[in-house]
Amino acid sequence: MAQARNGAANKRPAKNGAADDGLTGNGAARHKSDAERAALRRAAWNRASDAVPERPIAFMTTSSEPIARLYDPTDLADWDYERDLSLPGEYPFTRGIHPTGYRGKLWTMRMFAGFGSAEETNARFKYLLEHGQTGLSVAFDMPTLYGYDTDDPSGMGEYGTCGVAVSSLADLELLFDGIPIDQVSTSMTITSPAAVVWAMYLVIAEKRGIPLDQLQGTIQNDVLKEYIAQNEYIFPPVPSMRLVVDTVEYGTRYVPKWNTISISGYHIREAGATALQELAFTLADGVEYVGWCTERGLDVDSFAPRLSFFFDFHNDFFEEIAKARAARRIWARLMRERFGARDPRSWWLRFHSQTAGVSLFAEQPELNVVRTTIQALAAVLGGTQSLHTNSLDEAISLPSDYAARIALRTQQIIAHESGVTNTVDPLGGSYFVEALTDRMERGVDDYFERIEALGGVIPAIESGFFQREIADSAYRYQRETDAHERTIVGVNDYLVDEPPQIPIHKITPEGEQRHLERLARIRRERDNVAVGERLDALRAAARTDENLMPYLMEAVRAYATLGEICNLLRTVWGEHKELVTV
Amino acid sequence: MRILIAKPGLDGHDRGAKVIARALRDAGFEVIYTGIRQTPQMIAEAALQEDVDAIGLSILSGAHQTLFPKIMAELEARGIDDVIVWAGGIIPEEDVAPLKALGISAVFGPGSPTTETINFLRAIESERATTAR
Repeated sequence: MAQARNGAANKRPAKNGAADDGLTGNGAARHKSDAERAALRRAAWNRASDAVPERPIAFMTTSSEPIARLYDPTDLADWDYERDLSLPGEYPFTRGIHPTGYRGKLWTMRMFAGFGSAEETNARFKYLLEHGQTGLSVAFDMPTLYGYDTDDPSGMGEYGTCGVAVSSLADLELLFDGIPIDQVSTSMTITSPAAVVWAMYLVIAEKRGIPLDQLQGTIQNDVLKEYIAQNEYIFPPVPSMRLVVDTVEYGTRYVPKWNTISISGYHIREAGATALQELAFTLADGVEYVGWCTERGLDVDSFAPRLSFFFDFHNDFFEEIAKARAARRIWARLMRERFGARDPRSWWLRFHSQTAGVSLFAEQPELNVVRTTIQALAAVLGGTQSLHTNSLDEAISLPSDYAARIALRTQQIIAHESGVTNTVDPLGGSYFVEALTDRMERGVDDYFERIEALGGVIPAIESGFFQREIADSAYRYQRETDAHERTIVGVNDYLVDEPPQIPIHKITPEGEQRHLERLARIRRERDNVAVGERLDALRAAARTDENLMPYLMEAVRAYATLGEICNLLRTVWGEHKELVTV
Repeated sequence: MRILIAKPGLDGHDRGAKVIARALRDAGFEVIYTGIRQTPQMIAEAALQEDVDAIGLSILSGAHQTLFPKIMAELEARGIDDVIVWAGGIIPEEDVAPLKALGISAVFGPGSPTTETINFLRAIESERATTAR
């Protein structure tokens, strides 16, 4: 830290310090620089305050990072206002990408929703839109996320439990029935089969006569974090990355308002990573995608503005805010300095946020509303572009209508009642927040060096580096909790002996039946000759390096199912196998 | 005691499984972790091959009501009737009684300290030691 401080200080224009030290041989006390005076005062204060008792706990963040008693100018000795903070809407965007912050436009309130059948989830979407939600976010069920049709034996018992089942274009048509997809932006949380589901969405737009260049939305499509943490991979890394780059290339050309990758820290964090690990691994993934896309021959400024990010907002208020601010600053520097991007929009790190599911508990579940509020407030003060707030029943079941509405209302209260949206980046310049932001950036630099030393992101995945780092952090957090070094209200302290009294949302067996009947009918009634031909064309293209998007669109248009397409690609590319580490 | 920690179904949320595997190992148990995406057959087969005394099933996907009965049936089909099976993850309270009727000895939710599982297994261990004597 001392070294960084000296190094950075050297870059700064000398103020009065140099003159004082060099030219005055006497009366040093009178001629001390501001910084020296502050350091002396701080040292004296430290000694005096040591005499005042403190609670006998470790003062640390959720990520086990130590926090000092006080932050003041001496913690920002290497900090430069122009270089490190600047103004909102100006490089390096520490204070946000828009000059007017939320005074211009509030964040998009985007509740992640999906369960059971397309019909049931379509009704939830309409319910949320009626209650003031401003964007859609689709949760898919496990078989869909792994590219299986619902009747595939691999997905036994998994229909609709974690999201909505989509086995063919017919399901996605029902999911968006009556929803104006030319006006509402849609985020689809799907990765390994993202290209296939996106192809379905694009075909729906075509059928409705909506030009593709009007569509707005996001596909998660971040396969690197699947290998690192989320585990919903299908194919090995290289063909998976090819498919990702195919979507980026296609989107850049034909669907320019679509975010083709949502580079996600959320799952890395939920798997147990610290805030720093979440940030470092996510940004490393971002660098990897940019590298692959430029290798494809895409100009960095043609696609970089459509890369978006996705972060987790956990309990530790200031740590999370610092993470978001550091994220923007590091990405801006990487894009401008390492990749030579010239379009300022390429320098912007835009991100979606979700409050931390892992922080919620089944015990006294109503307390989860309070946790979610604190986390959501951090996301807003961190400058998020969109936000999902978890429901109070997250640790128990799928969100009920009631719980989802409270979660949405939480965002509305922050937006309209808390006053935090009145000014841009209200925490900018806080000694503590700026010091934490700097510490985050240095920590990311260290991780980048370690990842590079391992040969880059994919070799680091293959050697289990990320997986071990995350598992270590998860275990440390659990041990600290079990040992009561952390207090979790209602979980390891302040307990009550009463069962939770909240409604449980259940998916209906009738929905599954309807879904399965629809799937069987599609397979029976579609033009199976056309399906066969289009799947053959897709198979042939998958063996070349042609962009697969047009082939996928042709296949889904003929109602080839998700499972048929993904199984075909499995036979061409093989499947990724887990490196089992504990 | 030899313990198998298993993740049935497609659910990739493996934080809990890995944390409990480490905690049990640090508490002195012998632990085998299957990794993710295990079918009921794979889990029962691993239990048989590894000759384990207990199986911990970690599931957060909501598929427990379908997968757990199949796992119990696969164990029975292999004549495994003296192995303790317990579960951890996102499992609603109202599902716990039916799972216990199925032979699942305990269910630990997301807020459970690892010590609860350790104590649960130690109690079984000492009970078995007493009966064996």
